Parts: sequence; C-alpha cells; structure tokens
Amino acid sequence: MNDSNSLIQIKGLRDGLLVALGDAAWDDLRAALMEQIESRGSFFQGARVALDVGGRVFRVNELSELRDTLSERGVNLWAVVSESPTTEKTAQLLGLATRVSKPRPQETALPPAEEAYPNASMWVTRTLRSGTRVEFPGHITVLGDVNPGAEVVAEGSVLVWGRARGLVHAGAGGDEAAVVCGLDLSAAQIRIGSASALPSEGRGEARPAKYFLEDGIIKSEAWQSN
Amino acid sequence: MGAQVVTITSGKGGVGKTTAVANLAVALAAEGARVACIDGDIGLRNLDVVMGLENRIVYDVVDVIEGRCRLRQAMIRDKRLPELYLIPAAQTRDKSAVSPSDMIRLCKELRNEVDWVLIDSPAGIERGFKNSIAAADRVLVITNPEVSAVRDADRVVGILEAEEKGAPALIINRLNPAMVRQRDMLSADDVLDLLAIQLIGIVPEDDGVVVGTNRGSPVAMEPKSRAGQAFRNIARRLRGEDVPFMNLDSGGNLWDRLSKLGRK
Repeated sequence: MNDSNSLIQIKGLRDGLLVALGDAAWDDLRAALMEQIESRGSFFQGARVALDVGGRVFRVNELSELRDTLSERGVNLWAVVSESPTTEKTAQLLGLATRVSKPRPQETALPPAEEAYPNASMWVTRTLRSGTRVEFPGHITVLGDVNPGAEVVAEGSVLVWGRARGLVHAGAGGDEAAVVCGLDLSAAQIRIGSASALPSEGRGEARPAKYFLEDGIIKSEAWQSN
Repeated sequence: MGAQVVTITSGKGGVGKTTAVANLAVALAAEGARVACIDGDIGLRNLDVVMGLENRIVYDVVDVIEGRCRLRQAMIRDKRLPELYLIPAAQTRDKSAVSPSDMIRLCKELRNEVDWVLIDSPAGIERGFKNSIAAADRVLVITNPEVSAVRDADRVVGILEAEEKGAPALIINRLNPAMVRQRDMLSADDVLDLLAIQLIGIVPEDDGVVVGTNRGSPVAMEPKSRAGQAFRNIARRLRGEDVPFMNLDSGGNLWDRLSKLGRK
C-alpha cells in the first residue's frame, strides 16, 4: 500500500481524478494503480480518471487494453496527458482527451493559448470516422474526410481537405477570428466560438468555402479560383 | 497450414451478420474446405437456427472455454456437408463469460482442425464485439444500404483501424437494384464513398433468404438463388480468386426493364 502510494499520485480535478505516474517500470505502475483501485473501491467506483503518463510512449493496444481493464472495474478513463506526441496521437485515436481542464503546475508557466497557437497546428492525415474526436489547442488540418459522427475541435482554425459531414468546431477557446474552411462543408455542422451553423439547411452546394464569424453570426464565402 | 479466422461484424443489429456467416460457411464447405463457425452472440444465439442445427446442441462455446468438454465435442457436424461444423453460443450465459484471450486460445486450437474459422459477431461495439474480433485474421464488415447501418459500419471500421486489426472488407447486403434506380435507396457507390474500404461483395435483396433462414437451409445451397450466388462469389473472393461482380441490373421484372429502356 505504501509502496503503491509512492508510485502513483492521485489528485482531484474539477471534472474527475488525475492519476500521475511516478518513475518506475510500466508493469509496476500498472500493478500499483490496480492495487489502489481494488483497495479503495468505493472511491474509484464510477470515477472519471485522467492519466498523466509523462513522457512514456504507449501503443494503441496497450492503451485500449488499459481502458477496458479500468472500465471492467467501473473506472472511466477519459483522458491521457502526455509529453510524448506519439502517446497523444494514440490517445486521440482512441477518442480519449489529451488535456484536462485544470492545467498541471508546470504548464501554468506557458503563455496563454492565444499567444501559443498561431504556431501550433495539428496535421491529421486520415479520414475521421464516426465516434472519433480530435481536439487540439491550435489549428487542425485534416487531409481526408470528417465522416458523420466524427468531431474536430480546435482552439484555432480548421481546414478540411476533403468532405466534412460531421462536427467541425473552430475557436473552441473563444477566439472569434478562427475560421473553418474546406473543400466540401455542405453537410457539416460548423461551430465557431459559441455560434453554430448548418450549411445543409442553406443551398448545400459542394464547393470549397470559408466560414467565419461576423457580429456573432457565422457567414460563409465561396472560394473563387480567379 | 493453419486456418484463416474471419470475423463478420456490423455495429448495427439485423443487417445480416448471421445469415452471411451461415452462407459463407456453406459456400466454403461446398467446395471441399473444412469450416468451423463460432456463434459469438452469447446469450442471444441464432446461428444454430439459421444453419438448421438447433436441436443437436449438447455442448457450447462456454463449455469448451470453461473446460467442461473437449473442443471436438462442441463442434456440431452439419447434416448436409461433412466438413462443416458449428460451435454454438451458450444461451444461459452472457458476454462476460468469455474474454478476448479465451477466443484467441480457442481459435488457436481450431486452426489445426479446419481450414476456415468464421466468427459471427454480436451487434454493438462492446465486450461481445471485442471478443469476436480478438482472434480474427480478417474482418468483414457487413452493412445494408441504409444511412443508419452505414453510420454504424463507419464507427466499427474506425475501431478496427484503431485496434490495428488491418483494413476490413465490406459486404453490402440486401441491395435492391430497382429501389436504387428510383433513387429510393443508397447505391453501392454511395456506401463506398463514405466507408472507403475494399468491397468484397454485394448481396441483392432476395425473399429466398428469409425462407432459407426459417427452414435452416442457407440460400448458398440453392444453385438458382441470386443471393446464394452472391455469397458463393464472396466465398471464392475470400479464397483469393478474382471473381467479377454480378450484374445486378439484369434481374428485375418486365416493367423495370421497360422503364429502363424508356429512360435511355
């Protein structure tokens, strides 16, 4: 018990528990986590858990196995926080969040998002299928389709080089200058900041267009080649 | 050489997973292959009924996994085809009676006994589905040309990709060419446009399938059945043969053909 306490740290967050992993082999940490869950059953029962894995690299099957094991014990893994881009990508593939609402102490020193993101962007080179959610505190470019039931949420702008039929949300942190552009957004649900629009309820033409916010309302302009 | 393990899944219920498993198994076995089907829908078993083997069940898949019988004892031999076997699901248990590693162990043992293992997945994306895909070498996703079924298929394809199961192949089931012509039904192209995976077969809507299901006699045994022919073609494609897709437009009644002529 003492041993497992030193391997993992558990903190309360506004929307769940944050489990920070210490410095040890993953097998030991995993065992320590399971031990904590077994011994403090009622504390963990039904809890939403975010896992801070530091710089560790996780593969998809490892994370999905962990998520399944936890869910069998009534614990819902909703986020994996990591410094490793590979692990972040893995977590996003599985539809897990990669950020938690309350920033970790060492992150509070970072500049606010508006200053950080002009340079930060995420490159997604595959079609996002139903049930996938991609979230990023910067811009997102999708080289592929966004299928119905998939969600793209960016604090910056979103470009979809393909057909978007799911939810595309730009300026999720409140940036009103964010835009959504894409080759075919006619069947997407578009949100910028807190405003939302359904292009399909308009003419719904399949042509490249840009959506932007003007006086709190989403407007669109078609892309002209000349 | 060991058997190939093929799982058929869909996300949505009622699109034809069980029918497809029964028909592909019959089609493969009719060409002389040794085939075992596993019903993965523990608690809601159906495959035994569709294959007409319901009253022969003594042991089931959970009995094998929990060691109450040997694998061979739970393999029910088909009445018509000597090398076709069914391992039925338990009806009085639920999905939690089996784990993904149980399925991997079971299939490992089966690989030495047969040439093909076909697994009938339950609907949904939870435990039963995870069990069914755990041991699969190949996954076939089956869907109907309906928006809701295609949406669920897309979700399943996404999960399979995330689990690094490799790209699944697609079966479009119950396509009605006349309705597609009237633009009342999604076409195969509409479905493929969204799912963007390899197509392995299109099965036309055929009343004979329901009759065959109720009689426990899969249509792949009927030489004249259109749906049966489509399933036989899929089976041959599974074996690696290059089979051209059926021309679905050649059927239809006189009026369909006349109105088609008139439109040209």
